[in-house]
Order: sequence, then C-alpha cells, then structure tokens
Amino acid sequence: MQRFLSHYYLSDMHRKITVKTITLLLLLVSFTSFASEGEGKGDKKSEIKEYIQHHLKDSYDFSLFSYTTDEGEHKYIGFPLPVILWDGGLKVFSSSKFHHGEELAEVDGNFYKLYHNHIYKTDANGTINYDEDHKPTNAKPFDMSITKSVVMIILTGLLMFFLFRSLGRSYGKNGGIAKGVGRFFEPIVLYIRDDIAIPNIGEKKYMKYMPFLLTVFFFIWFLNIFGLTPLGVNVTGNLAVTASLAILTFLLTNFTGTKDYWKHIFDPLGNSMPWYAKVVLYIILIPIEVLGIFIKPFSLLIRLYANMQAGHIVLMSLIGLMFIFKSVIGSPLSFGLAFAISLIEILVALLQAYIFTMLSALYFGFAAETHEHAEEHEGEIQHL
Amino acid sequence: MKLLEDFSLGLFFWQTLLFVLLLLLLKKYAWKPILNAVNEREEGIKNALDSAENAKREMENLQADNEKLLQEARLEREAMLKEARELKNKMIEDAKGEASAQASKIIEQAQAAIASEKQAAISDLKAQVANLSVEIAEKVVKDELSNKDKQLKLVETMLGEAKLN
Repeated sequence: MQRFLSHYYLSDMHRKITVKTITLLLLLVSFTSFASEGEGKGDKKSEIKEYIQHHLKDSYDFSLFSYTTDEGEHKYIGFPLPVILWDGGLKVFSSSKFHHGEELAEVDGNFYKLYHNHIYKTDANGTINYDEDHKPTNAKPFDMSITKSVVMIILTGLLMFFLFRSLGRSYGKNGGIAKGVGRFFEPIVLYIRDDIAIPNIGEKKYMKYMPFLLTVFFFIWFLNIFGLTPLGVNVTGNLAVTASLAILTFLLTNFTGTKDYWKHIFDPLGNSMPWYAKVVLYIILIPIEVLGIFIKPFSLLIRLYANMQAGHIVLMSLIGLMFIFKSVIGSPLSFGLAFAISLIEILVALLQAYIFTMLSALYFGFAAETHEHAEEHEGEIQHL
Repeated sequence: MKLLEDFSLGLFFWQTLLFVLLLLLLKKYAWKPILNAVNEREEGIKNALDSAENAKREMENLQADNEKLLQEARLEREAMLKEARELKNKMIEDAKGEASAQASKIIEQAQAAIASEKQAAISDLKAQVANLSVEIAEKVVKDELSNKDKQLKLVETMLGEAKLN
C-alpha cells in the first residue's frame, strides 16, 4: 500500500494533493457513518473482507461472479477447472467435485477437501485436524492444478503469441511496415529496445536479453491489465508468479555474468589498495555483494507482488465501502474514489511492468558489463 | 509465514513452464522477426538518408561546378566582346586613316592633274591664240596690204601704239 501509493505520489504531485483531499473527506464521512450506524454493519464488513481475501487468492474454478439467494444459498456462475494432484500417482479430476469447498472429492478411494483454498487429504468424513496454532495438520498432496491463474497465464500467453507473431509476420508482407493490431505495440517494442535495453545493457550485448525483456514486459503488463477487468484475476499479485519471474531474471543475470561481473562481486576494490587492506574490508564487502545478488531479484518479486496485491485490496475495499455506506454521500464518493483508483491502477499496471523490465535490464547490464563501461554503472548502483 | 504457506508450488511450476515456453516461442516466432524487421527498416532509412545526403552534396557540387563554368563562360564572353570591340575600333580607326590618306593622295593627284591640264590648256590656248592671231594678222595684212594708204596708216598706228607701250 505504502509502496503502491508512493509510486504515483512520485509521478504526480497534483494527484497526490487530490488523493489526500479525497482520503480526508472519505475519513470524515466514514467516521460519521460509523458513528451513526454503529455495529450493525459488522457482518457485512467481515463478509466483504472475506470476499476480498478470497479474490486475492488463486482459485480452483473460474468463477465470474457469485451471489447469495434469498434462502442463503451461494450460487456461483463460472466453470470448473481440472485439479491435478500428485499423491502416490497422478490424480486428475474436475474441481466441480469440491462444490466450492462444500463437499469432499473422492478419487480412487482417497478423499480430498478444499479448505481455505488449499487441498488436504482427509478421511471419508472430511475431518481436518489442527495443531496448537489452529493450523491443519492433514497431508497436502502436491498440487499442480490448472487454477484460474494458470488459465489466465495460458490465455495471456496465447494472446501474446498470436499478437506478436502477426506483428512479426506483417513486416514481411508489407515491406518492413507493421500492420494490423500488432502495430500498436511496435512503438513499445522500440521503446524497450531504445530506452530500456540499450542504455542499460549496451549496444553490443542487448540483443541477447531482448526476448526476455520484451516477453516479461508484455506478460506483466497484460496480466496486470487483465487483473483490472471484472474477470477478477490476480495473477501478478501472486507470489508464485512474481517469484518465478524474478528467479528467471536471477538465473539469466548470473548465468550470463561476465568475468568482470564476478570480479565486481568478489574483488570490488580491484587494485585500488594493497591486499592486506583489502582482506579486512572484504570480510564485510563480499558478503554484502553476495547478498546483493539475491536481494536484487528478491526486490523485484516483492515489488510486483506487493503493488498488484495492494492495488487490488484498495480497489476492492473501495468498492466494498459502497455497500457499507449505503448513503447518498458515501456511496457516490466511494464510487468516485474507486473510479479514480482504477485509473491510477491502469497507470500502475504499466508502471510495474516497466519497472520490472527496467530493473531486469539494469541487472543484465551489470552481468554483461565489461571493463570499459564499468565506471558509468558505479553511480547507478549507489542510486539503487 | 502466512505468505509462505500460501505460496503455491503448483502455480510456480506452471508459471515457470508456461513462461519459458512462451519466451522460447515468442523469441523464435515474434521477437526475432520483429527486431530484425525493425533493424532492417532502420538500416534502410539510414541508408536512404545517407544516399539522399550524398545526392544532395553531389548536386551541390554539380551546381557549384555549373556556376563556375557559367562564370568562366561569362568572363570569356566579356573578354571576347571587349577584344571584338577593340578590333572594330582599331579597324575603323585604320580604315579612317587609310581612307583619308588615300583621299588626300587622290586630291593631290587630282590637283596635280588639274594643274598640268591647266598648263597644257593654257599653252594650247596660247598656241591657238598665236595661230589665230597670225591668221587674223595675215588676213588683215593681206587686206590691208591691198590698199597702200591703209598699210601706211596701219604701220603708223602700230608704231604709234608701239611707242605708247
């Protein structure tokens, strides 16, 4: 949240003031409404909280929306997705068997229960055993299900593949000029090449990293944007996804690292002082540098995850506020605020993709550096 | 700790697999062709600009050459015209001098001819006058000498006249 806000705070001072004003107004309204309506809304609040919590997590079925009937029955509109478990053998079944966690799934004589968005192996009665911290102690089979996020990843992948392949093909057909939908993305491809890859990696080696940078940028951007649609997906706000991306950056950085890159880590001072002075300093310096190798991609994974997660929480909370207020002033206000935040989220979607790509390129730049331009990177390291 | 508990290895597995697959596919079918095409296009534009620049420079050179040639031609024409004018003037001058010399020579000759003709005419006239005078005198004398008195008278007159002279 803090981080998310700080990003656009930096981007525009005016907006900062506007948001502050609106936040203040909102606080005033919310105080008054809470004062007048008291505890009666507690139920709804926890329901909204649960709903948001549920939304932020991955799910085993692709639910578009759900509602509660007058009889208190939950209805889900959507379609089930395949559950794939490794539990002494591959077990594949439809997530509709869980009935949204209401029923046990029986497969090959084993019983599985969907409990708080995790699949546990249970006995025929679906008993969940808890430890002292109220955590389930049941066995968790290795879960490779095609979840909602995986479906979105596949769809985004397909979209990107067809979009950019058609762009790539259109050049040949039109004598070097882009045509079709893909041409809207050509300036972005060029931007990534000219303003992200080349300045950070250098003219000589940037081509090696371009496929990764382009793929990661469009992948994150598209998924961020899909996260803003009413499909209700939150792929990039998922640690597993951002961790995977960051680990790829990490691997690519360190496997393409030049001699100078490793020298920079294990012998950062070079010939600037005698060896006995260096030994003392290196006891501190080398661990820091080695730690830096891991901290850099770690910051990538946390930044993207936290920003997207925070954006979704803020947006959904604001939408939820409408149902809590149920007043002439409060609801339009929270609608307006949710609308404003949505607009900012569109910017953040792009910004986070840009930052991830930019920083990846910067790390690749460190890895690809050769001694000639080692100096110019020095300032950027400190800047980070 | 809750974050780590929620970390889904399955999703991590799928994400890594699908992303790497997507990366490889896009690299082969999209990014390579796109970047190559864009690079080619940029090279093309650069080359075109360079050749345009060259052509422009060549044109400028040509124009400068033309200008130079034109300038030379103009100077040459000027010189030729000047020469011609001088020649003309000189010719006129010469012709004038020659003509006047010729004219004065002709005049001189004419004058000499006139003078000699005049002389001849005078001497001719003189001879004729003398002849005529002699003939007249003969006739007069013949006539006079037929009459003695008259002869005498004449002699006297003549003598008288001669005295007066």
